[in-house]
Amino acid sequence: MRVMRAGAVSLRWEPRTAAVCGTLALVAAGAAVLVVGSGEFPISPPDVVRAVVGQGDRATEFIVTTLRLPRALTGLLAGLALGLSGAIFQSVSRNPLGSPDLIGFTTGSATGALLQILVFGGGAVAITVSSVAGAVLTALAVYAVAYRRGSGVQGVRLVLIGVAAAAMLEALNSYLITRAELREAYEAAFWLTGSLNGRDWSQAVPLAIALAVLVPAALALARPLGMGELGDDAARALGVPVQRTRALLTVAGVGLVAAATAAAGPVPFVALAAPQLARRLTRRPGAQLLPAALTGAALLVPADLISLHLPVAMPVGVVTGVLGGVYLAWLLSTTGRKGTA
Amino acid sequence: MTQLHADDLTLAYERRVVAEDLSVEIPDESFTVIVGPNACGKSTLLRALARLLRPRDGTVYLDGAPISALPPKRLARRLGLLPQSPLTPEGITVADLVARGRYPHQGLLRQWSREDETAVADALAAVGVADLADRVVDELSGGQRQRVWLALVLAQETGVMLLDEPTTYLDIAHQIEVLDLCARLHEEGRTLVAVLHDLNHACRYATHLIAMRGGEVLAAGPPAEIVTADLVERVFGLPCRVVPCPETATPMVVPADRRRARALTADTL
Repeated sequence: MRVMRAGAVSLRWEPRTAAVCGTLALVAAGAAVLVVGSGEFPISPPDVVRAVVGQGDRATEFIVTTLRLPRALTGLLAGLALGLSGAIFQSVSRNPLGSPDLIGFTTGSATGALLQILVFGGGAVAITVSSVAGAVLTALAVYAVAYRRGSGVQGVRLVLIGVAAAAMLEALNSYLITRAELREAYEAAFWLTGSLNGRDWSQAVPLAIALAVLVPAALALARPLGMGELGDDAARALGVPVQRTRALLTVAGVGLVAAATAAAGPVPFVALAAPQLARRLTRRPGAQLLPAALTGAALLVPADLISLHLPVAMPVGVVTGVLGGVYLAWLLSTTGRKGTA
Repeated sequence: MTQLHADDLTLAYERRVVAEDLSVEIPDESFTVIVGPNACGKSTLLRALARLLRPRDGTVYLDGAPISALPPKRLARRLGLLPQSPLTPEGITVADLVARGRYPHQGLLRQWSREDETAVADALAAVGVADLADRVVDELSGGQRQRVWLALVLAQETGVMLLDEPTTYLDIAHQIEVLDLCARLHEEGRTLVAVLHDLNHACRYATHLIAMRGGEVLAAGPPAEIVTADLVERVFGLPCRVVPCPETATPMVVPADRRRARALTADTL
């Protein structure tokens, strides 16, 4: 731990955490540059950077800023949002499986989008709104069922009810697809795996606005959130408004996952894996919000890069799904062996 | 009026009322121990004193002001609590855990002042775990872990410390170790309030004893003055003899031998 002091002001930071955050940011940004450079008309990384800062030639600049940059940015921001919301929910539920993609929030978001695509036939904006509504309604329903007077929402109850909700919504999603026309079903299925194909500024901008509000709000609550890991009684005895912190962060977490899913589809496993990886990378106990957010971006953007270079076009969700599945199995087997959750 | 006292509390969970019209006074700079049978409301009372449980009725006062009116951090700078079963974050080191006791003294721009540093170092030294500072808490023994948690509450630097069954799950040697430490913290000028299960430990260490049953205080005062065979029978329903402890001369409760009583009855028949 390092401390910087000046008068009454004192700030502390961990050199390792800072180094990890810097590296993750570089990996994510580097991969984003390569994503922008990839396609039928390859652009070298220096040309990409020149175009982004407005120093490139017009054709390149058009391809970069109009066609490809929104995709890379959406991936970057969705990764940040998923990693951060995963860290929030895993800490609030005190359970590594309390991740929004396992407890139904992303599935609910997908249900909202599917209903819009298949039943109401709305456009891009309508799909975004419906998918946000789907996530929020699912979160409300899961919390309402998990809530117990006196004890509030307990982690294990939240996970079990969330998993049940996810299963039901999954079934509903499948049913909606079987009822759909072939072309629509294809569009829906593609959306369901989580994809960054064809993202334009209409996805990237709302996501950026959501993050500009929610990320600082969540990071400001990181310290009281970490205190909650001592148990409610100990945290409250130390002056932490436990219920209020948890409620505010839950709202921020639902907002983040809803915004990310609306923009990129229900990309699996980033929210689950990023917080765990961040903890192992920083070697710090408890929730590491900023490192988890950066890990999310450093997972999602390279996964998108891989999906772009596969011989068959694949949505990014397939890549993160495969990586995440292996990771989940490993996580379950190691936590099972140690006898802790 | 003492620094910490509670007036006419009604304490309840959901529909179950634990205590009604309960008033207690914690003498200043005392080592107060609350004893009583299971579910007598002693832990509930402690939770109310720490504002973890809002009384349905009545008020807890700290330094003359109702604690319900104090902002959370300000209360936490004056009154600390060691809960019955706190959670230890996985992989946290001793120094990191104890440093969390400084939370009520910190803020967004005051994350780690020199006072924080001194308070943590002092707390680690006071409980004798300074050499374990960089160890991971999960790897420590139960007794060491409890001392680390006491260090966390110490680092909080409060005048009043509440301890909810600090010796549960510890073996006899570690129980005495933790209680000796509490006695020393008390001698240094802090007010301690502990819930204890072991009546003999309570008599040995407490300067002030509160005996509860069914949500009521049956007796309160120095152990030597209030602990009698009659009181123990009334509080715990246990026939016993009270003899002076050979080591400390404090009251010692020796349960009556029911087998022998049976044998005697059989003889007289």
